[in-house]
Amino acid sequence: MDHRPQAWGRPRDDVYGAYDASYLQSGGPKTATQSPIVTGTSVIAIKFKDGVVMAADNLASYGSLARFTDVKRLRPFLSTSVVGFGGDVSDMQFLTRHLNELAIDEAYEHESSPTSSSEDDPNAPPAGQLNAANLHKYLSKLMYRRRNDFDPLWNQILVAGFDSASAPFLASVDLRGTTFTSPSLATGFGAMLAQPIMRRYAATEADAARLTREEAVKVVKECMKVLFYRDARSLDRYSIAVVTKDGVELSEDEQLERQSWAFAERIKGYGTQTV
Amino acid sequence: MTSIGTGYDLANSIFSPDGRNFQVEYAVKAVENGGTSIGIRCKDGVVLAVEKIVTSKLLKPGANKRIATVDRHLGVVYSGMIPDGRHFIDRARDEARSWRDTFKTPISTADLASRMGGYMQAYTLYQSVRPFGITAIVGGFDSTEEAPVDGEVGSGPACGAGGKVAGKTHGGPFLYMIEPSGLYWGYYGAATGKGRQAAKAELEKLDLGGPGGPTLTLEQAVKEAARIIYVAHDDSKDKEFELEMTWISGADGPTKGCIGRERLSVGEKALDEDEDEEEGKEEKMEE
Repeated sequence: MDHRPQAWGRPRDDVYGAYDASYLQSGGPKTATQSPIVTGTSVIAIKFKDGVVMAADNLASYGSLARFTDVKRLRPFLSTSVVGFGGDVSDMQFLTRHLNELAIDEAYEHESSPTSSSEDDPNAPPAGQLNAANLHKYLSKLMYRRRNDFDPLWNQILVAGFDSASAPFLASVDLRGTTFTSPSLATGFGAMLAQPIMRRYAATEADAARLTREEAVKVVKECMKVLFYRDARSLDRYSIAVVTKDGVELSEDEQLERQSWAFAERIKGYGTQTV
Repeated sequence: MTSIGTGYDLANSIFSPDGRNFQVEYAVKAVENGGTSIGIRCKDGVVLAVEKIVTSKLLKPGANKRIATVDRHLGVVYSGMIPDGRHFIDRARDEARSWRDTFKTPISTADLASRMGGYMQAYTLYQSVRPFGITAIVGGFDSTEEAPVDGEVGSGPACGAGGKVAGKTHGGPFLYMIEPSGLYWGYYGAATGKGRQAAKAELEKLDLGGPGGPTLTLEQAVKEAARIIYVAHDDSKDKEFELEMTWISGADGPTKGCIGRERLSVGEKALDEDEDEEEGKEEKMEE
């Protein structure tokens, strides 16, 4: 008796001869993305009292090959929010195009709205325009839907900006549609390497509300340096975005400063070392 | 009209013996009853303005917009049948979107005008449809700078996208007017609707053409547009109206290449002056 599941329900070879499987389809079931191809590594972000700082390096890796070194993984949305993408770069491209459409839809309704920008604050976004919290909810529904189609968008996404109460907002959604929020967030390797450092400065919302912009930027830059030290799929050129009520300040060609590789000497156990 | 009753005005797809499509001509009549719309193409941008007749005191001031955003860099205003105009705008938005889907770049004002001109013309060909009862003014600012491709991931080649001729300017402000027949021309200044005669006379006084291009700046054009809408307004026909306006500049101007993004302080001031002259009229300034 052949006990392999493949043989279940089939005529027995020992009785009827070898089974002729030629009429069966050989293609197998429909498959969607099984793994990401060109990938971006960590995205990190931390809230401070007036907004959110987000950073990601400019690298897109092809496996372990550092394939593209000028990739912009932080995308402003309506100049009020920033979306940071980790994971598959082509899925990121699909999403940025989709978000671009969404932003134009918003312009139909709000860019020429008379109720826009209240008289006392000309920089305030038009009332009713999609804020970061709305955008995050939208993206989470989109990601979850694609997961249920068994065709996930292979990204982990951070969304930074403001919620409807005009408080700084930061949240994450991943390829499974899992969402969570925290005063500081990191995707990929950053979740292991940068998150503990950021938590030292902003463990709670109350801590984050005391953090100044300068402190937050400093912490994020420090984390980017640690990530470059320890993450083999990272780069020393990175983008950093600061979201405040005045809008999004995005710098896409930052260079890690004051690196010190002295610690590397003490690392043992890799490669051809004989210790 | 002597031709009425001859039977040649009953359907779109039939010419009269002297070569006219009466349905189209009647559609033009519908436009001539609508509130005045104007567009001004100036040195550094385009201004669109419309005299929005207030048909009821129960309407919320400033609500029910007449000028629509089609893409970030494109705006449309129209005179005539408002539902026809709404549909025109829906279609223009679809065209702008499908252009982006295909080419990953914003549609140029000229291409949008071409596509919408073709669309309106198709409604003059068939028995089953009637022509659009609107004349639309399409204004836009095509980027003069190297614009990123939609969804591009890297920076692209350092030399830029190519296809540009040295010493030649690319992009800039554009203005087109599309009539019910599907006819469209590019204009320095365009006016349609009830007060078009007066508005055209005023537009012709402005320095919009000329070999070196228009000298009128966006700020001046906003003032002029507001003034022209007031001049073109006929008090004896309609008492109440709202002035609705929008404008667009290049990426280095006040709206940063996006339609109606920034309030121009000069616009508000110009209107205040107008308000002093034209007492007792309702007016509302929008972005």
